[in-house]
Amino acid sequence: MKIILHVWRQKGRDAEGKLVRYECPNVSEHMSFLEMLDVLNEDLTARGEDPVAFEHDCREGICGCCGFVINGVAHGPMPGTTVCQLHMRHFKDGDELYLEPWRAMAFPVLKDLMVDRGAFDRIIAAGGYVSVSTGAPPDGNALPVPKSDAERAMDAAQCIGCGACVAACPNASASLFTSAKVSHLGLLPQGQPERHERALGMVRQMAIEGFGACGNIGECEAVCPKRISIENIARMHRDYLCAAFGERPHGETGSAG
Amino acid sequence: MNLDSRIPSGPIEKKWDNCRFDMKLVNPANKRKYTVIVVGTGLAGGSAAATLGELGYNVLCFSHQDSPRRAHSIAAQGGINAAKNYQNDGDSIYRLFYDTVKGGDFRAREANVYRLAQISVNIIDQCVAQGVPFAREYGGMLANRSFGGAQVSRTFYARGQTGQQLLLGAYQALERQIHAGSVKMFPRREMLDLIVIDGVARGIVTRDMVTGRFEATVADAVVLGTGGYGNIFYLSTNARNSNATAIWRAYKRGAAFGNPCFTQIHPTCIPVSGEYQSKLTLMSESLRNDGRIWVPLKKGDTRPSSQIPEAERDYFLERRYPSFGNLVPRDVASRNAKMVCDEGRGVGPSGFGVYLDFADSISRLGAETIRERYGNLFEMYDLITGEDPYTTPMRIYPAVHYTMGGLWVDYRLQSTIPGLFVIGEANFSDHGANRLGASALMQGLADGYFVLPYTIGDYLAQSKPAKADANHAAAREALDGAGALTRKLLGVKGKRSVDSFHKELGKYMWEYCGMARNEKGLEHAQGKIAALREEFWRNVNVTGEGEEINQALERAGRVADYLELGELMCLDAYQRRESCGGHFREEWQTPEGEAQRDDERFSHAAAWLYQGAGKTPERLVEPLAFEYVHPSQRSYK
Amino acid sequence: MSVGSAARSAAGARSAETSKLLGFYHSPVGKKAVMAVTGLIGAGFVIGHMLGNLQVFLGPEVMNAYGMKLHETPPLLYGARTVLLIAVALHIIAAVQLTRMNVQARPKGYAKWTPAGSSYASRTMRVSGPLLALFIVYHLLHFTSGVAHPNFRYQDALHKVPAPYENVVAGFANPVVSLVYIVAMILLMLHIHHGAWSLFQSLGLNHPRYTPALRSLARAASYALLIGNCAIPLAVLAGVVK
Repeated sequence: MKIILHVWRQKGRDAEGKLVRYECPNVSEHMSFLEMLDVLNEDLTARGEDPVAFEHDCREGICGCCGFVINGVAHGPMPGTTVCQLHMRHFKDGDELYLEPWRAMAFPVLKDLMVDRGAFDRIIAAGGYVSVSTGAPPDGNALPVPKSDAERAMDAAQCIGCGACVAACPNASASLFTSAKVSHLGLLPQGQPERHERALGMVRQMAIEGFGACGNIGECEAVCPKRISIENIARMHRDYLCAAFGERPHGETGSAG
Repeated sequence: MNLDSRIPSGPIEKKWDNCRFDMKLVNPANKRKYTVIVVGTGLAGGSAAATLGELGYNVLCFSHQDSPRRAHSIAAQGGINAAKNYQNDGDSIYRLFYDTVKGGDFRAREANVYRLAQISVNIIDQCVAQGVPFAREYGGMLANRSFGGAQVSRTFYARGQTGQQLLLGAYQALERQIHAGSVKMFPRREMLDLIVIDGVARGIVTRDMVTGRFEATVADAVVLGTGGYGNIFYLSTNARNSNATAIWRAYKRGAAFGNPCFTQIHPTCIPVSGEYQSKLTLMSESLRNDGRIWVPLKKGDTRPSSQIPEAERDYFLERRYPSFGNLVPRDVASRNAKMVCDEGRGVGPSGFGVYLDFADSISRLGAETIRERYGNLFEMYDLITGEDPYTTPMRIYPAVHYTMGGLWVDYRLQSTIPGLFVIGEANFSDHGANRLGASALMQGLADGYFVLPYTIGDYLAQSKPAKADANHAAAREALDGAGALTRKLLGVKGKRSVDSFHKELGKYMWEYCGMARNEKGLEHAQGKIAALREEFWRNVNVTGEGEEINQALERAGRVADYLELGELMCLDAYQRRESCGGHFREEWQTPEGEAQRDDERFSHAAAWLYQGAGKTPERLVEPLAFEYVHPSQRSYK
Repeated sequence: MSVGSAARSAAGARSAETSKLLGFYHSPVGKKAVMAVTGLIGAGFVIGHMLGNLQVFLGPEVMNAYGMKLHETPPLLYGARTVLLIAVALHIIAAVQLTRMNVQARPKGYAKWTPAGSSYASRTMRVSGPLLALFIVYHLLHFTSGVAHPNFRYQDALHKVPAPYENVVAGFANPVVSLVYIVAMILLMLHIHHGAWSLFQSLGLNHPRYTPALRSLARAASYALLIGNCAIPLAVLAGVVK
């Protein structure tokens, strides 16, 4: 089948960008979306043109590298799927598709469909961990964890950090990403001692990075390839409010070190 | 040169203790005066960088990804082994040690494997403390499953995403150190060379993948945790950007390369569907617990599976291995699948596939039970192939999954270049000639959390924190070399794309240095690869420029290295005139077609020492002594 | 409460508490919490307000007596007005600040954009909010102060107690005015449809078992507001209430 693409092309961070039209004449329905772009890039290379830059690595939906917006939906039309796992059988001959990078102030475009997601790492660095150094921790079974808590923690911990939630949110909020980590650790006994500091630190960092506020509209969970629920955002709000008004003391800094 | 494995003295269960006691310590106040470079942020590199930061060293951590969390360890599905014996089923450190040595077909160092089994216990505790959400029983205790044919339940898991959760644990520990300032992270940097000053590793040369700038960074020691080289086959289960460049360039600076031909081919992957295919997806090994593997009895039978009557099906694993059936080890299952496809009985459009059929299990256990066990895997299969495994049998075929070979290291994980340490899949590791399921995660974290942080301290304690100079002639030479190589790649301006060379190389590797190898094929492949390499440097087309994001350029550098490494792999496979584990030389097989070791002549690790461009590398030998586990013929009949 | 000077002069705990409060408000989560609490006050008020107004169907005596009663208990009337005024002011200030932040967070939009999971109401809060603010101003001038009402009547001219029944009937007799009110009630329905659920989310109140019910309840309340409030102008226009 034939697919017509309008791809965002931008030379570099500070360059102007524009949508450029390409035709992909021989698309097989068994191809993944990224394999279609591979073929396009081979054609562009043969013509001496600059191939389209896009991030990708594992191509099985777990590394979180890939992702762009297809016709206005982050990771494309299939729910619970990253673009690397999106196959062309879900499109039809003659489809016209607009490919754009994640758009957010906190995610500057580096080139074409690639953006800089370093802000996510800095949010994790602001408290997204349990402060335990390598050494002699207690036995793995010393603290029983109710199965349901472990399961819910795992639901949140599945986040792959792809950034689709930010891309889909009209406010470019990073609340789903941040709350997934706050929830993952907050649901486990190991995460309790720093639960409040973690919420404070990560929420603060989220604002410093220039992400917007959560409007609870739910676009993020609709595009999340791991189907992470906005229930986690409520939990983050709760931890933050408890930290701000609760009894437990909290310092200005995290307890890293 | 002699390979000194530095195995500590004493009985095997005391070796690691003795070694730790013998090691010199760095004064806590002095630790920050030592700078350590860690390349790679997977389970090994990430955990090492975090731990070294916690200890107080000044750590500089490099990754070619945008974030440490992207490393390919994230894709590991099944689990991580540990000799906890939580299930009270008779597991012990000794049993895990024994299984691993035997599973590796007696080509691993006993002392290393024992240490790995000892440390496995600490890893679980550490990860639980970090908040890794391992699967739990209803009572709140950690759950285990049996994996990869093991007879005890010692595998810890977090759904089908164990690697992801373990990596995120290490990543979070690393981010904590970055926040504390003890680790400085350099993302989107590709290591292009190792700086060796007076015979000692003192730094690396990197390219900033955004600006294209070359940078020389010096330190007191260098740690490589850059993963395996399975991507040399083009199609593999590895991530697309996993590469051998860091270890290959270190090899060319004098680090011996151990057992390069030891490659693991995983039997249950989704078959190739077309020429454009970029990657193969693994289906967890656990599927073989309930799926039956078969092909049609007749050659070239193109009927759909449902129309092939029971009498015309060949359940070849059950037929050949009545006692283990579909659960034979990975190398055996893979080889047999290849064999039936080579006979022309393969299924699917390409003819390279076998059925993995759940019909019997579904009628015996009900579709619901199967959904509970494998629902997410069936969904993934459906997503990729568009076929429903509940109604049509899955099609699977073996694919390259892991490389047991890598840079040779001694017991203390130091390579043949002093000051260069290699951890995780990047080293030639503890798995011998075949890795058991759920052991890769164990080894990566053992190296990073619990072995390297001690042994590197011993090395540093004996070397003064001398100010290495980024302007030293050796550093300048390495920096200029990396720049020149990049300009050379951009300057060829030929007709063929980088990927087309990579695909062609992959075909030779798969055909001649894949699941079955023979003398003629390996000779032939070496010639083919040499010719392809010659064409590459004459006819490769790398578009764009060096001072920008240029993914074609990145790939070109990696493929250039694969074109050299491929030849070494073939040479190693050629010289190892025996069959063992994943290395199957057709000339050496039992009458039943099983791998036949030659312990007389090949009970050793081979390590190759670079001798310069165009020269045959020197084959060094580290003899392997088996004092505790006595080599025997593996049999699964 | 003079926040700035108090924080500077008072030492120790009090200053720490104040800066904690400021820090809290500084974050988007804090601002959203303010939006939620003030929104809850507003939502509670509009429901009560509607129930009061529906007394119009019980005839002039009941309705006017209700108005009189409110005026005879100034603490209730002025207390409620003060709380409402502060709530609305804070709601608007926080909304403006959040909107600015959100616009900055997405400096460049998409050439093509397809909603994947959000409701129309949730996406249009930024539109329904300001329009409702304008409507409130008009509504106060219309029925409370009477400035925008062509024939505003009092039941007690001396104490300036308006006659709500007569004012409502006279006001809604004009179809244009009724239309303005009906449009505003559609906006209110949209605003409450999302807001009355969203506020619990902003306050961190989410429970897998109760949240779906809460969400349905919020929707039901928004529809009830639309029907109940629109019934009045429609009844006047239809001549049922005269």
